[in-house]
Amino acid sequence: MNDSQVVFPGIATWEGDGTSRVPFWAYTDPDLYRLELERFFYTGHWCYVGLEAEIPNPGDFKRTAIGERSVILARDNDGAVNVVENVCAHRGVQFLRPRFGNRRDFICPYHQWCYSLKGDLQGVPLRKGVKQDGRVQGGMPPQFRNEEHGLTKLKVATRNGVVYASFDHSVPPLEEYIGPAMLEYVDRTFDGRKLKVLGYSRQRIAGNWKLMQENIKDPYHPGLLHTWFVVFGLWRADNKSQLVMDEHFRHAAMISRRGNEGMTGEATKGVSSFKQGMKLNDERFLDVVAEEWWKGPTVVMTTLFPSVILQQQVNSVSTRHIQPRGPGEFDFVWTHFGFEEDSPEMERRRLRQANLFGPAGFVSADDGEVIELAQNGFEQKPFHRTVSELGGYTCENTDHLVTETLIRGMYDYWRRVMQV
Amino acid sequence: MSEVDPKTFFELVQFQADYGAVLDAGDWDRWPEFFLEECTYKVQPRENYDRGLPLATMAFESRGMLKDRVYGIKETLFHDPYYQRHVVGLPRVLMSEGGRFECESNYAVFRTKLDDYSRVFNVGRYLDVIVRTPEGLKFASRLVIFDSEMIPNSIIYPL
Repeated sequence: MNDSQVVFPGIATWEGDGTSRVPFWAYTDPDLYRLELERFFYTGHWCYVGLEAEIPNPGDFKRTAIGERSVILARDNDGAVNVVENVCAHRGVQFLRPRFGNRRDFICPYHQWCYSLKGDLQGVPLRKGVKQDGRVQGGMPPQFRNEEHGLTKLKVATRNGVVYASFDHSVPPLEEYIGPAMLEYVDRTFDGRKLKVLGYSRQRIAGNWKLMQENIKDPYHPGLLHTWFVVFGLWRADNKSQLVMDEHFRHAAMISRRGNEGMTGEATKGVSSFKQGMKLNDERFLDVVAEEWWKGPTVVMTTLFPSVILQQQVNSVSTRHIQPRGPGEFDFVWTHFGFEEDSPEMERRRLRQANLFGPAGFVSADDGEVIELAQNGFEQKPFHRTVSELGGYTCENTDHLVTETLIRGMYDYWRRVMQV
Repeated sequence: MSEVDPKTFFELVQFQADYGAVLDAGDWDRWPEFFLEECTYKVQPRENYDRGLPLATMAFESRGMLKDRVYGIKETLFHDPYYQRHVVGLPRVLMSEGGRFECESNYAVFRTKLDDYSRVFNVGRYLDVIVRTPEGLKFASRLVIFDSEMIPNSIIYPL
């Protein structure tokens, strides 16, 4: 490849109107990154914050994040779910520190400003001053109104046990935002059954947050990078599959059916990660039992832009929450769950298969590793660009996996919103 | 606190030390030999353990599963290579009965990548059930409960 002599291009421009070649600076530029936070995480979009099963009782709370902003998800006494920003209206203290717990109200430790679970200011100490020698000293001015000093309240939407929130109260309704095509796949997993949280994994990955969205919009890599997927037929280029996007190309679902284990063919020819004859010493890792709610596909990986990935990989189900931390780093929080109706055997099966996923997963650990190395490459030569041209240059739904259409789709949306 | 004689205590310390040495040497094939055929090996974030949530970062139930992990490390899991260095505290023996010992010990594992400084990678405690067998001491169960809940990218090798 021909290299530019100008490594740091100054004012960066995206050549042409295509999206098959993404400039490396789109992953490294701090100004662009802040604009992404503004336009994707803080306005116009719903972001994932958690599951209702994480806060079952009145007063239960969970601390989490939207973009870089710390927020609290709380179950109110009337059963409703509130989301407020974790910043005291008085002096800006990020007052709540535990990840989970139960509170009657939120009190900032600094000056004990007290808020209801809805985020309304209940009272402030020394409001009426201190009476001394017959005189009232200090206190808040008479114009001080509690209602002007509540916590920032977010708009909240729940759907079948999943909670989404937005700082932007003019955001379109959740169902409209997800869109009818994606809603079908979201509702497939979250169909109203009661969820049971199995636990958390947290990893900090030194890469741009978009790379994780792209990773789950990229059906090209799993059959190549992930030996387990290709050897055990879980994900291969010749599996019967579909790629579906919403009308804006921002969300996507990769839908596939498990093929035969160990079979060879075009999809494995010359693939160095394919290990013919590889057998597990303990096959309980892949003790897959088909579930009725799958309605056929053995895997549906859904990306809801910008904040979450919904995973169904055989019997393992999780949400994967993307929390950016600057252009070159994000936190990735996995919440594995099952359903209250699961038998003990099914729960054990989900936990066994969880060994494939997460920060040590047989197939997911290397995604984090590769993302970090991609970011290293971007930082090194920001003038360069990616090439996502498998399957051509355009963005459309397909009935196969041999394409990077979903990545092109995401950047089509990204360019429209970012005006880059 | 349970009393064990000095010779037994020394054996337990030696067993722990051998385990760390094998991992630090990257001698992966020897790792499953520290366990019984039917065993428990779990690497679990402290938050899950403390809250009674069953999810673990790695959860293996047999020597076969450990061997599958070894194969993964050697053959299937792409990763940026690194050194590990275990520093393990003396075991706190909680129970000793008929050749079966329950111990707890603190550990710190440092990670050194090729082009970087050595960093604290993972700290926590081992909760062990160790049994005496004709082949020497073996883990019936080793729970690795880690405080370092925010994992720096990934955990490839056993702790």
